[in-house]
Amino acid sequence: MKKPNYAIIWIGTLLLICLHQDSWFWDDHQTLIFGFLPVGLAYHAAFSIVAAIWWGSAMVFAWPHDLEALAEEEN
Amino acid sequence: MTPLIVIVCYLGLLLALGILSSRSFRGTSKDYFVASHSIGPFLLLMSVFGTTMTAFALVGSTGKAFERGIGVYGLMASISGLVHAAVFFLIGIRLWVFGKKYGYVTQIQYFRARFESSGIGYLLFPILVLLVIPYLLIGIIGAGKTLLPVTAGAFPDLFPNLATPQWAGGIPVWLTGLVICGVVLTYVFMGGSRGAAWANTFQTLVFMVMGVVAFVLIAKNLGGLENASKVTMQINEKGQVVQPYRWDNASKELVENNPPKVVGKLVFEGESPEPGTYSPRPLLSRTVTEVELNSKNPKTGEITSFKREYGIPPWMFATYLFIPLSVGMFPHLFQHWLTAKSARAFKLTVIAHPLCILIVWVPCVLIGIWATGILPPLDPSKVSGVLGQVVRNVIESQVLSGFLTAGVLAAIMSSLDSQFLCLGTMFTNDIVLHNKSQDRYSDRQIIFIARSFIVVIVALTYLVSLKAPQNVFDLAVWCFSGFGALFPLIFAALYWKRTTKAGAYACILAAVASWFYYFAMSGYGKELVLGPGIMPVAVCFLISSAALVIVSLMTPPPSEATLRKFFPNH
Repeated sequence: MKKPNYAIIWIGTLLLICLHQDSWFWDDHQTLIFGFLPVGLAYHAAFSIVAAIWWGSAMVFAWPHDLEALAEEEN
Repeated sequence: MTPLIVIVCYLGLLLALGILSSRSFRGTSKDYFVASHSIGPFLLLMSVFGTTMTAFALVGSTGKAFERGIGVYGLMASISGLVHAAVFFLIGIRLWVFGKKYGYVTQIQYFRARFESSGIGYLLFPILVLLVIPYLLIGIIGAGKTLLPVTAGAFPDLFPNLATPQWAGGIPVWLTGLVICGVVLTYVFMGGSRGAAWANTFQTLVFMVMGVVAFVLIAKNLGGLENASKVTMQINEKGQVVQPYRWDNASKELVENNPPKVVGKLVFEGESPEPGTYSPRPLLSRTVTEVELNSKNPKTGEITSFKREYGIPPWMFATYLFIPLSVGMFPHLFQHWLTAKSARAFKLTVIAHPLCILIVWVPCVLIGIWATGILPPLDPSKVSGVLGQVVRNVIESQVLSGFLTAGVLAAIMSSLDSQFLCLGTMFTNDIVLHNKSQDRYSDRQIIFIARSFIVVIVALTYLVSLKAPQNVFDLAVWCFSGFGALFPLIFAALYWKRTTKAGAYACILAAVASWFYYFAMSGYGKELVLGPGIMPVAVCFLISSAALVIVSLMTPPPSEATLRKFFPNH
């Protein structure tokens, strides 16, 4: 049974936490995406989409098959 | 009166749904507590999302954006999307597996088995209950405060409302609390966790749709998205806080203020503000900008000023990530996880949760920053009314106002039901049934005990809400901080074999002691940040983690039998 790769999860999640700090758009009060969305807000909206994609991928390479099998076992 | 009719119809629908869900009740305690592990992916997503989002999702997010600007999305929403999904995947699925295999329906049952200690349950029980109760009060009082202004003028003879004459005739807070408690009690009493899951799904759909509908109509009436984005409050080169536009109530359109209306001033040292030390459009960035705003008392005409900080301090932004970790220790969320049909049912919840947050929060944050240009400055205690005021001024639809209020009530009730159910489940399983032989009570008796506890808890919480201080909302972040400080306990229990019973006790005591220290320092529930803006939960988290690791390493490891039971690869 394939073992879940938790190392990738921790590294990827830490990377996302660093990207969440976006100091690059911290002071930008001028740029509007699509003419109405402040860039700082647009960045974090995109971050939410990336978070969804990240956890979707994580479930592919780190799905806990061993635990799933344990739940299906008879007591 | 129209909004009230819409809300009454909504509550009626909810009751009908509760009665319908009780028809699927199988009559067993397992079905009452965890819906016989039968909830599929969509219902799980909606019930978990509805439970984690309180009224804050609609009115709080708008109000906070009005108060601080767009930074609140990164501070509270996008990080929650990442962290909540991580907790559902890394903690939720594991707990579901152990719950299903070993028959746990509460967190405490898991901790007692994992740490081979009955006492840990007695230690954790009052802590978890005390942390959930303020959360319940927030919901009950919040519902009352939401409905009062919306129904103002409906029953002037019945509810003259002398304390708040501007809302004379509105449904009083105590009556709304009573009705809300009655409705939630009915469907939780009848349908148990399945009833809560069905009702949550309906309510989550309602508040998500209402948030988007309000956004679309407000943007349309403000002349489109691009026009609406010009409305926000600004700071000119003289350091004056100005509103470049105003909402004209007579013509029902946005009108340019020429010259822009001065509503406050920048707080700065010297003769003129230095460029670069503040943000000219402070609501659109996260730069910390301190201003002094003027507020006019509508009754007396007296003008008072108050200080406000726009933007988010960087340390606050960085350390706020410990707050969403609290979901890992929410006892009511544990119970929702246990209702899942399979481990795979979690997949949709994990992926879609950050997207659901995006759908609800981005429109509300935009409404909040637009509102700074069309509403007068409001001090922080009044910002929860921003969404309602914008809807009233800009849309002026009684029907929509009713639906939006129903959406706010939906967000509140979708958390309340799970919390009431979980407290009843904990009292029944962790106190009454603990250490009793399995055949001591029949399933029917167990359900009776649980239902009795739920009735008592609802009644007690309602009575406490009548006497609770109205600033109970400030306690929300302290509740989350308490659960967040306990997060190392659940994480280590699941992932670190070496975690011992003594380490777990040390973690709980350290979390409680450090949390209480800061809680007292805050003046028992007020906002508190440490040094440059560090959230107290970050320090509590580090202290409880250190206590857990150090004491675990100093004490003998758990038994082989326990390790084999909870670590399949051991």
